[in-house]
Amino acid sequence: MTSCPECEADVPVDNDLETGEIILCEECGAELEVISEDPLKLALAPDEEEDWGE
Amino acid sequence: MLVGILCSRIRVEEKLLFEALKAHGTAYEKLDDRTLIFDLHDPAPFRKYDLILERAINHSRAQYALHILNDWGIKTVNTAHTAHVCGDKLLTTQALRQHNLPVPRNLVAFTPESALEAIEQLGYPVVLKPCVGSWGRLVAKINDRQAAEAVLEHKQILGSYHHSIYYIQEYIDKPGYDIRSFVVGDETICAIYRTSDHWITNTALGGKASNCPVTPEIDALSRAAAKAVGGGILAVDLLEKPDGLWVNEVNYTMEFRNSIDTTGVDIPRKMVEYIRQEASA
Repeated sequence: MTSCPECEADVPVDNDLETGEIILCEECGAELEVISEDPLKLALAPDEEEDWGE
Repeated sequence: MLVGILCSRIRVEEKLLFEALKAHGTAYEKLDDRTLIFDLHDPAPFRKYDLILERAINHSRAQYALHILNDWGIKTVNTAHTAHVCGDKLLTTQALRQHNLPVPRNLVAFTPESALEAIEQLGYPVVLKPCVGSWGRLVAKINDRQAAEAVLEHKQILGSYHHSIYYIQEYIDKPGYDIRSFVVGDETICAIYRTSDHWITNTALGGKASNCPVTPEIDALSRAAAKAVGGGILAVDLLEKPDGLWVNEVNYTMEFRNSIDTTGVDIPRKMVEYIRQEASA
């Protein structure tokens, strides 16, 4: 469990999270990026850019 | 064998690929495009990789990184050439046309005035697409002149510079679905139908995936399209018309999370087998 950097709600997390992975805060809906696995740190994910895609 | 994975955002697809690499006993390192620095005079830091798999979400970063790596003689999947062609819808259409593959009719214009003239020449409805873009974003179906004038003005005033390249496509009245096939090397490994009530069927916008049998026609056209854009690991979007299929787009950093259970094909395993083969070649 860690907290959302946007709303400070508790965010349940899986053990297999990867740096760069995106999770959603169920409280405020913010997209959060895993910026560190150990210790687990979350930051607001970057906004979508125009050249993103597949 | 050491494989580099060029990426930033880790999607479900990247996690599946990491698992598949581990299952094959293939060592890999993530190369986050947000922290990478390329010294254009010193390729040494990248020489340790037998191959670099491009999984970046930013087209521009992917394109330049692949260009640098390929210029240094470092193998990548896909290549800079393939990324260059597939990352731009106009260039993709050109490559497909050069190989005599069936594509919808497209017109290109460089000003709002000539774009309006081109739209009227093609006849309503038409589809206006940004040359660079994905997930069905900023794709507009234009039904009449008033809508055309409005969209063109918005693009002129609000769009970044590449929105001044007007890529205009005839509207295809799809039967409620299109087809996405997955090509790995010279094999069409599987295909899905993408079904939606909306005229845009991208699964990113809610289109539903279901298995599509790979017919000889789908197989041949998919492999030919992949070859036309430079080959590699590609997702080919096909449109069905009464007398055959058209190739619409080809994607070079394909997403496939909805297509594994749907098709029963272990797509990440197929990708890793291809990557290992290319790295050893």
